[in-house]
Amino acid sequence: MSFLLSPAPHVRDNKSVPGVMCVVMIALLPATIGGIYFFGLQAAILIALSVVSAVVTEFVMNKMMKREVSIMDGSAALTGLLLALCVSPALPYYQVVFGSIFAIIIGKQLFGGLGFNVFNPALVGRAFLAAAFPVHMTTWLAPFAYRGLDAVTQATPLAAMKFSQQTTSYVSLLYGNVGGCIGETSVVLLLLGGLFLLTKGIINWRISFSYLGTVAVLSVLFGADPIFHLLAGGLMLGAFFMATDYVTSPITDKGMWIFGIGAGVLVVIIRLFSGLPEGVMYSILFMNAFVPLINRYTRPRIFGRRG
Amino acid sequence: MKTFAKGIHPEYCKDRTKNSKIVELAIPLKVIIPLHQNLGASCEPLVKVGDEVSEGQKIGETSKFVSAPVHASISGKVTRIEKLPHPCGVNVLSVVIEAHNVQCPISNVQLKKFDDIDPEEIRQSVKEAGIVGLGGAAFPTHVKLSPPKDKKIDTILVNGCECEPYITADHRIMLERAEDVVKGAKLVAKACNAGRIIFGVEENKKDATKALREVLRHEPEEGIYDGMEVITLETKYPQGGEKMLIKAMLEREVPSGGLPLDVGVVVANVGSCVAISEAVFKGIPLTKRVVTVTGSGIREPKNLLVRIGTTFKEIVDQCGGLTDDAYKVIMGGPMMGVAQYTLEVPVVKATSCILVLAKKDVKEEKVYPCIKCGRCARSCPMSLVPTRLAAYANAAKFSDFDEWGGQDCMECGCCVYVCPAKIPIVQLVKLGKLKLRQMK
Repeated sequence: MSFLLSPAPHVRDNKSVPGVMCVVMIALLPATIGGIYFFGLQAAILIALSVVSAVVTEFVMNKMMKREVSIMDGSAALTGLLLALCVSPALPYYQVVFGSIFAIIIGKQLFGGLGFNVFNPALVGRAFLAAAFPVHMTTWLAPFAYRGLDAVTQATPLAAMKFSQQTTSYVSLLYGNVGGCIGETSVVLLLLGGLFLLTKGIINWRISFSYLGTVAVLSVLFGADPIFHLLAGGLMLGAFFMATDYVTSPITDKGMWIFGIGAGVLVVIIRLFSGLPEGVMYSILFMNAFVPLINRYTRPRIFGRRG
Repeated sequence: MKTFAKGIHPEYCKDRTKNSKIVELAIPLKVIIPLHQNLGASCEPLVKVGDEVSEGQKIGETSKFVSAPVHASISGKVTRIEKLPHPCGVNVLSVVIEAHNVQCPISNVQLKKFDDIDPEEIRQSVKEAGIVGLGGAAFPTHVKLSPPKDKKIDTILVNGCECEPYITADHRIMLERAEDVVKGAKLVAKACNAGRIIFGVEENKKDATKALREVLRHEPEEGIYDGMEVITLETKYPQGGEKMLIKAMLEREVPSGGLPLDVGVVVANVGSCVAISEAVFKGIPLTKRVVTVTGSGIREPKNLLVRIGTTFKEIVDQCGGLTDDAYKVIMGGPMMGVAQYTLEVPVVKATSCILVLAKKDVKEEKVYPCIKCGRCARSCPMSLVPTRLAAYANAAKFSDFDEWGGQDCMECGCCVYVCPAKIPIVQLVKLGKLKLRQMK
């Protein structure tokens, strides 16, 4: 009789990398379905194209770089989904494909694949699209335009506020029948997914809480409406699904606070003082760059040693 | 409830054996007694092939201080002295004894009184008896009982945590030998000139807490210590790790690279306390220990009192044998135990458990790249950043490994337990530590 030899420990808990990716995708399901409900078939096609191109790109890159095929870990599909959820529903199809390919190649594979990228790949893809196709990326579809209602385009609540001082009701922001990226408009659906991730122990509350909290506090300080700034734009999607990306966020508790607060400060500065209506993407990408430094300077005090 | 920071809550799986009384295993026909069963130096054989030995006779010894002699656990004839498989995974010089028909059990004549024994005598008896820490670390006990003059020991902590899943040996010892546990603890306190004894038991062993408290209530007058008490600790792994136990019970932190005696503490396992009591009061050397035999690969799980040197095979046979799907044999618990490739290894002083897992309980996990989730850092009781240590060891960056506290790792395995990428972090850290040792 032969027995298996392997090093201790001999028992493990039930979390795994594909499992984590899968749970995050499940958590995004409400917002995904919401996006399709508000923006129609077009949104569904964009999501499908983005996911498929991400997975195909990952596979091709694996082969070209002579690495193990990693499409089954779910991370490429997740990147594709996240990218689709943060682009305009009016985006031409080929553009989302470009964005997705860019996200996987530049955002992830060239750094060394899963676990080695510095920046959130989906946001890298989005930043590329914002730079390459600025007009398309800021042309928004009115919700339910597919049902043939009169208005076809509609500004996002943040743009309406910034450029024409128009307010949007909290109810609409919570429900999601406003202009915006496919997956960012419905706060209720995003919160549902976020709370699911928190209760499943997948994401840590510190990043989301400090990020949202900082935005709220600073909005008050600068005389803006904190509730509006929490509910509008991509903040909820960013706070629960982008800023919390394991690979590109700090691993220490203290580091998470720094990361969240830093990103929150950046969002408020961009939203209130720059030419752009929205700053979630840049706030997270910018803080991503600080993560190695944050991790280094927030090292926990080792047991039995002086701080 | 008292505890330490971080750690994990694995499934405990103790139900199959926690209610089964300790049963003494019949005398085996053959024992294999390795001459190295402790942390520190190995013993030299005192016998040669063909010699007749009797139970309790010393058969291996060395003059090195950090060591413990070994004794024959049965009466019989030495048939071989050669390198044989040891459950720690290497081959070790071992004495094989084949049993006589007639056994001459150890005569326990000494029967001393507590007040007549002086500290030096306790240390001598413990050393002669070959006692080592029976919780699994196998550190020679007499060394612990000989603190340097400048270190004042004020507290003895008796470790009844048994935080490793599956194992119930200490639990049963506390229930069935509570009096001897207390007696042994008092001897430890006397040897170290400590004024306080505290017993620490995890919350999942309430009956053991009760049994110990019962003994303390009816404590005979001799050698009464102030503040002998039993403290309930949270059920959490690795609560029974020395440093974690001291932190939880006394709020003291053993300094990095230091020992419990640096913070005025000596920790003794409950099983060791029983052995100390037997050695000092009755002159009985350590030739038997309690072993939990359990797991989904064992037909009839039991707590057994086993002679050191009995092979795993013989013990497993006495527990109804292996199930058809037995797949992994482990000496010790599932968190820190050592996987075995054969059942032809002997029980040694450090064998607290023989755990056999069936195929369904053994997952061969695919390893993914680290996704920096930080779960390892949030579970590490030493507050290290395990993923960093693993990466540095893997990249042969040993000075960074050292800088990030690699040598403080106690290899408890919490990080690997929680790792979603299933990275063998402990294995990599062991490599890092080994390389650092070689470089120094």
